[in-house]
Amino acid sequence: MKPNYTRPLDLRSGRIDLNHGAGGRATAQLVAELFGRAFDNPWLAQGNDGAVLPAPAAGERLVMSTDGHVVSPLFFPGGDIGSLAVHGTVNDLAVMGARPLYLSASFILEEGFPLAELKRIVDSMAAASRAAGVAVVCGDTKVVEQGKGDGVFIATTGIGALPPGRTPGGACARPGDVVLVSGSMGDHGMAIMAVREAIAFESEIRSDSAALNGLVEALFGAVPGSDVHVLRDPTRGGLATTLNEITRQSGTGMMIEEAAIPVHPQVAAACELLGLDPFYLANEGKLVVICAPARADQALAALRAHPLGANAARIGQVIEDQHGFVQLRTALGGMRMLDWLSGEPLPRIC
Amino acid sequence: MKYVDEFRDGELARGLSAAIRREADPARDYAFMEFCGGHTHAISRYGVIDLLPHNVRMIHGPGCPVCVLPVGRIDMAIRLAMTRAVTICSYGDCLRVPASDGLSLLKARARLDKSRADIRMIYSAADALALAQREPQREVVFLAIGFETTTPPTALVLKQAQALGLNNFSVLCNHVLTPAAIVAILEHPEGTGVKLDGFVGPAHVSTVIGSRPYDFVAAQYRKPVVIAGFEPLDVMQSILMLVRQVNEGRSEIENEFTRAVTRDGNLKAQAVVTEVFELRDHYEWRGLGSLPKSALKIRSEFARWDAEAKFGLDYTAVADHKSCDCGTILRGEKRPAECKLFGTVCTPETPLGSCMVSSEGACAAHYNYGRFRDVTTAG
Ligand code: SF4
Repeated sequence: MKPNYTRPLDLRSGRIDLNHGAGGRATAQLVAELFGRAFDNPWLAQGNDGAVLPAPAAGERLVMSTDGHVVSPLFFPGGDIGSLAVHGTVNDLAVMGARPLYLSASFILEEGFPLAELKRIVDSMAAASRAAGVAVVCGDTKVVEQGKGDGVFIATTGIGALPPGRTPGGACARPGDVVLVSGSMGDHGMAIMAVREAIAFESEIRSDSAALNGLVEALFGAVPGSDVHVLRDPTRGGLATTLNEITRQSGTGMMIEEAAIPVHPQVAAACELLGLDPFYLANEGKLVVICAPARADQALAALRAHPLGANAARIGQVIEDQHGFVQLRTALGGMRMLDWLSGEPLPRIC
Repeated sequence: MKYVDEFRDGELARGLSAAIRREADPARDYAFMEFCGGHTHAISRYGVIDLLPHNVRMIHGPGCPVCVLPVGRIDMAIRLAMTRAVTICSYGDCLRVPASDGLSLLKARARLDKSRADIRMIYSAADALALAQREPQREVVFLAIGFETTTPPTALVLKQAQALGLNNFSVLCNHVLTPAAIVAILEHPEGTGVKLDGFVGPAHVSTVIGSRPYDFVAAQYRKPVVIAGFEPLDVMQSILMLVRQVNEGRSEIENEFTRAVTRDGNLKAQAVVTEVFELRDHYEWRGLGSLPKSALKIRSEFARWDAEAKFGLDYTAVADHKSCDCGTILRGEKRPAECKLFGTVCTPETPLGSCMVSSEGACAAHYNYGRFRDVTTAG
């Protein structure tokens, strides 16, 4: 018997061609055999132009966030563009205090991209979304001519539900508040840099790419919502840039202790070698928490009790400063600014 | 491990800090110049000045490769890319140095027809050579800058280009010499310039040239030099050694960085450099003016790989922006915040002068790490 008179996608050696983005049979087949199978959920299975979602619970509000992902290399130790596209948007929702529920995924594929690699990416995305407890409920695929894309670009949009009583926001930091981080800084940025620059280290530096919604729930389970003043995931620009965004939004300053900030020894060594600063390197699975001083111990204990926060640390406090300076007491005992990232973090020349 | 080390660093730093405070004579002031941008960066990044008494002042020197590159030299590279079908390769910071007409190499890149010419960032001289080998149809020009540390790698790629008979590779040489710059700092006209009690001597540069080339500073100018590594503790140790020399009325060349610097330096590297380069009669530095025998040019045996010869390039001096204080900053006569443009017109995102470009530049270091000191902060 020949059930449907279609030849299945050649997921081993096939490649994306312009037909896959034309909206015809080839597009439908790609969606059904690759995306549909991997993400498998009732909304997607309906095959409609959009997903009809249930209303949030009474008292909850909706939070929406979007993120475009362009990473080179597409695969790196600790993740790939697929898992990153899920974590990025899930984390944007989580740091708003929301429980992430649904994602959309829009793929821009470059003509000639191997289907086997696309499958790896999509499978990884599906696994990441399942682990985070969010469903990919709608999507889109476009194909651009060879040379006009970088293999794969993925844009994800997420919707989450914000329970009442949670109001974290960058403007809410107050002098006296305590600054916590959930773990070591710079792992993702250095993992990518190591692959790009083909630097070999004794043991591999892995990206920390992870969904933070579980960690955020653990925090809100231990600390009253109104005492968690700011939540952030220090992605591009790293810890330094995130802290500066917060002082600018809240009209405060900060005093941070360098020696208290966790940095993986491998990352520190690599930074030393390349002349980079781990506080400017991206993280994809770390949380910055700013909370009322009376709750700092509880918050730290809650973070540390979660597998993603085992190395959480208290790194400093919010101070009054109309200039918004983030000051750092160096391990040596002097002071300096921990300023905004300026330009790209580049390895030094000599 | 790292944390233990850093904790120890903090302990040692406190010890050194206490020793400097103890030994510095409260009845006088000490002004030392750290020649290298690497030291400037370390001092700013680790907040070393907080560990020094008020009467010990550190003055930033001109030892920052991109800072001393004059506008005319960048213009020359931009002109080359714009008018000839070449790909200019250089280090990241070099691409951002402001040139004439509001351009930099980076901004010029956006205007190029990429099918003919290009401007690329590289991490080493070898990257530029590799590009030329990989793409024989591409005419590659390596814009070489830097003090004695980066000179041997440039010499090596020139030798390799010669050995390979590469026709599509050349070097636009802007290598400069540390001792000449020190002379320029010391030889200022009467009544101008900065009063100095000694130098923190270069780290990486000295690994190549050794400590001997600084002898004249002590012999002729009676100023102590202490060669120091780039770690903040190295810098503090060298400051303590300088304070002692001053107190004891000595002016000697001392070496704090004995783990890497010898009296004679790296003779092999020096030999390669001498084989490939010779002294230029004059070279114009930003801030220091035209200095005799202060830079290197490619020997005529290697003329085929010398971009200046290959493309018939001439240097035209171009004045700095009229409000720019880079010159006085590079000579240590002013502090960054004293420049009218600092932090207003000139910022790391929109540098107007070269000292704001590299993280080793005095203005960039002060902007990124120290500008909070210029305003009083509460808390
Ligand atoms: S602030 Fe800018 S223009 Fe002024 S001295 Fe520094 S680099 Fe030059």
